[in-house]
Amino acid sequence: MISLTDFMVVSAVLFCIGLYMIVSKHNAIQILIGIELMLNAAILNLVAFGRYDRLANGGQMFALFAIVLAAATTAVALAIILNVCKRYKTIDPGKIDNLKD
Amino acid sequence: MTMVQFLFYVMSFMALASALFVAATKNLVRSIFMFFITLLVLAGLYVLAMADFVAITQVVIYVGGILVLILFAFMLSGKENLNYIATQQNKFISIGKLPALLLAGLFLVVLINVAINMHADSLPWIKKSVEYKSYIQPDAAMTENIGVNLMTRYLLPFEAISILLMIALVGAAHLSRKEDKQ
Repeated sequence: MISLTDFMVVSAVLFCIGLYMIVSKHNAIQILIGIELMLNAAILNLVAFGRYDRLANGGQMFALFAIVLAAATTAVALAIILNVCKRYKTIDPGKIDNLKD
Repeated sequence: MTMVQFLFYVMSFMALASALFVAATKNLVRSIFMFFITLLVLAGLYVLAMADFVAITQVVIYVGGILVLILFAFMLSGKENLNYIATQQNKFISIGKLPALLLAGLFLVVLINVAINMHADSLPWIKKSVEYKSYIQPDAAMTENIGVNLMTRYLLPFEAISILLMIALVGAAHLSRKEDKQ
């Protein structure tokens, strides 16, 4: 049986890669990919701990909920990114610095 | 080392390596396609954690839905971005990225310390679960149990998430409509 510590280490490394992408990238789509990586790290932990909860299935259930939430987030975020791209002609978050006009 | 552990190490190495490639590469399209591999290998890791239904959902929703959506948005967001991305200098380690690297590195140290010092395998409830053999066995079929739980114990979160999904649908449609001519 695989120990929980192994799962937690893998998910910690994935989380930090996602964090690095979010802070350092100059492209909104890559930042979104970083967010997805962090979400996946969290889901990995939920699933690994959910193995020991056979009757209530809490971990797997909330992993499912997190996947669905990630899908909804991505759809809205991509719609926003497309709008921003149309208006500013760039998707670098550092260059988007005025609200209207 | 058993077969399962060997597979776990291979898969986690693949997941981490492809995630690092996604973070490091210059080519955005290539990084998106590498993200496919990360997600698929993560689905494999979910299978090793005995969560087959979650793994299938991951493949269907993440790989089939979200990633295709990201690719579409990337292709639709125009030529200027592609040119802009090509011109920017994008070394993995440079002065501009030092703060991000530092932040991620410190976070990694803290998280790994927590993971190792927590001794997750000897938590009380996990010990109890192992003692009573009430963890998920490799030959268990959990999908039925998930369905029953979804309709009884987790009915309120299920309904709440359905409302939230509808809100997100309406919001996304509203955001991406054509502007009125004024």
